[in-house]
Amino acid sequence: MSSNSFSRYETRYFYALVALGALLVFLGYLGMHTMEEHGHIVTGMNNQIVWGIPHVFAIFMIVAASGVLNIGSIGTVFGKTPYKARAPLSGLMAIALLSGGLAVLMLDLGRPDRLIVAATHFNPTSVFAWNIFLYSGFFTLAALYLWTMMEKRMNVWSKPVGFTMFAWRVILTSGTGLIFAFLVVRQAYASALLPPMFIVLSFAWGLAVFLIVQAAMYSWNNKVLDPAILKRMKNLLGIFVISSLYLVAAYHLTNLYFAKQTGFEHFILRDGGIYPMIFWAGYVLLGSFLPLALIYLPGLGNTKTVVAASLLVILGSFALLYVFIIGGQAYPLSIFPGYEVSSSFGDGQIGKYVPSLPEILLGFGGLAIAFLITIISTRVLNSLPHDVAAVAAKNDD
Amino acid sequence: MNQANLDPKPNLDPTTNLDRRDFLTKSSVGLAGLAIAPGMLLFDLAHGRAQDEAVSNKVRWGMLIDNNKCESGCNDCVTACNTENGLSGGIKPTDSQWIRKVQLKDTHSGHISSLPMMCQHCEEPPCVDVCPTQASFKRADGIVLVDKHICIGCRYCVMACPYQARSFVHEVLTDQKTEVPRGKGTVESCTLCVQRVDKGENTACADACSKAGHNAILFGNLNDPDSDIAKRIRAVTSTQIRADLGLNTGVRYEGI
Amino acid sequence: MKMGIRLTAILFSVLIASAVYAADKPQTPPLDVGKGGQCVEEPKLMRKIHMNLLKHQRDETVHKGIRGQKYSLAECVECHASKKTNSVLGNNEAFCQGCHVYAAVKLDCFECHTSKRKVTAEASK
Repeated sequence: MSSNSFSRYETRYFYALVALGALLVFLGYLGMHTMEEHGHIVTGMNNQIVWGIPHVFAIFMIVAASGVLNIGSIGTVFGKTPYKARAPLSGLMAIALLSGGLAVLMLDLGRPDRLIVAATHFNPTSVFAWNIFLYSGFFTLAALYLWTMMEKRMNVWSKPVGFTMFAWRVILTSGTGLIFAFLVVRQAYASALLPPMFIVLSFAWGLAVFLIVQAAMYSWNNKVLDPAILKRMKNLLGIFVISSLYLVAAYHLTNLYFAKQTGFEHFILRDGGIYPMIFWAGYVLLGSFLPLALIYLPGLGNTKTVVAASLLVILGSFALLYVFIIGGQAYPLSIFPGYEVSSSFGDGQIGKYVPSLPEILLGFGGLAIAFLITIISTRVLNSLPHDVAAVAAKNDD
Repeated sequence: MNQANLDPKPNLDPTTNLDRRDFLTKSSVGLAGLAIAPGMLLFDLAHGRAQDEAVSNKVRWGMLIDNNKCESGCNDCVTACNTENGLSGGIKPTDSQWIRKVQLKDTHSGHISSLPMMCQHCEEPPCVDVCPTQASFKRADGIVLVDKHICIGCRYCVMACPYQARSFVHEVLTDQKTEVPRGKGTVESCTLCVQRVDKGENTACADACSKAGHNAILFGNLNDPDSDIAKRIRAVTSTQIRADLGLNTGVRYEGI
Repeated sequence: MKMGIRLTAILFSVLIASAVYAADKPQTPPLDVGKGGQCVEEPKLMRKIHMNLLKHQRDETVHKGIRGQKYSLAECVECHASKKTNSVLGNNEAFCQGCHVYAAVKLDCFECHTSKRKVTAEASK
């Protein structure tokens, strides 16, 4: 491929975007520094809600990182040609998103200065300890995957590495679900549905992020994406969004069936104030039904609607994670079944949580890290998808 | 690198005379052991552990709390715990509470009671299972502790605890008690007054409850068939909270 | 080229010599040693390995319940806390803070451990 097909952002736009990303990263650093210096008292978190907005951002990015690599897997593992051309970009984005997500997660720790301890002391029964290996392996395999695709003599290895990568991701994303599923005592989390749910969510969120980045790259390089490929990918997003909805519905419906869980389910779905609102309006309506309409209604398949649908899916993902992570902690534990309880430590009461500025900045800082890595790596590396089918160049206007 | 000879040399410096301290400790413990008071733990010198001997699972520390004797308006156990361990005593959502009084109202009968709730020192602690660095651990004698040196503050154990027993330290702390180090960014919970237990004393909450005359908290060695607590557990009906989880807690309750 | 190699060799040996020389005579800032007297080990040895001793001791105490041993941090503070402020921190002449600030090594102990000695009725006599 000639260097003409290499990404050619207008140089000043590129540096402006990098500056914007760097500014957001710096603001995220300020948020993190405030948290580390003064402690989590500057956040909205407390002893009832110990995982807050940073975890929402981090888990989104980690799950999306796994999902975005799925684009490449569809090509390498399942042999679909248009996706093969997209595999390098998906690999780069996976590394970028995972970096951002892990940065937020690690900087939200109470003692982020003890990362070396986390890397040298392992508890074999802890999913968090498994994750140290799973995430490191993910980075290594993603880098290997990129190498097999970008260096001609390594192309023969792309299939075995791709398969390994696929299996690794299934384990890793199931692990993300298991983080919660192993919390047997929390009504929001003890469910075997969570690992598969997170896998399907990863497909939807990863594809949504990919579609947005792909659209931006094509637009900024004055290229037009083959409408057939766009249609194929948007329909795939539709399938993933429907499957996610199905698993979320299955999770809530099965929960509703257990008499001891109905209190919690009514809280999340009906009585909990902000949580049902975010769930129904944010995830179900805006995050699932509206994008599905944009995807499937006839006459609406163009780039703008696809990008809008993807953005809505991402909005829905944040809504779902907020309800899942924070709503799940807000509902009190059932320590004394059959009793109404109260205490000085929040027993029997709904936990209160209001996100604070340092946490929000940290979350966006993580997104900015992913953004910076994506934008710099796509400029430096040959990652714009080279489709074999005719790609019409935009008329100069 | 560290090839220094670490054999203990006799320490002759009078200002740091550990031998004198040891002697005073042992003899005062002996005297305390002879004191017999209602609800007080009789420390059996024959089975006592020397401070330079490692703990073993021959002992399992536990508590028996009598809900019938616990008085609704009384907070003496909480106050004693706060004083002993250097907690602020505050009840903001970000303040650490190692023990709390829970008011219970039976939804069907309307009967009201209260009981103290703290780390249950489970035999199969979920907090130990999920801790990534093994900072949350169970000591050989059954006390579940957090090794603050390796706690990274991820709060997974706070999520996993069925009893909401753990607190996360949200702010910078100063003037900690010498025997109870605690700091920002780590997780903590009831230690069964390990600094007192290791000296052969009772937990602060149990002492305070006896002092107030209620005697609702009984602390002792569950593995010793002759200890007060073991005898009482054989004699009365007691339960573990959330026994369905199969955690085999060291803290049991009577009268609920 | 030869001159360059020669110069490098001379510079290198000067560097090594000064490092070796300095190692024998560590420069410490002025320190308030508190009660002073005989430490549990030689000062030269302590400067090198006090963290190793403390790390080993902390595992013995926290995990095995072994207390009152030689390398107890509480005993270090008891001895070395300034007689004026009763603390090993607080100014750059305080025992722990002085060297750690000078050597630019982060002091983590006192995030959790108290830096003050226990002031009881007996100790103040």
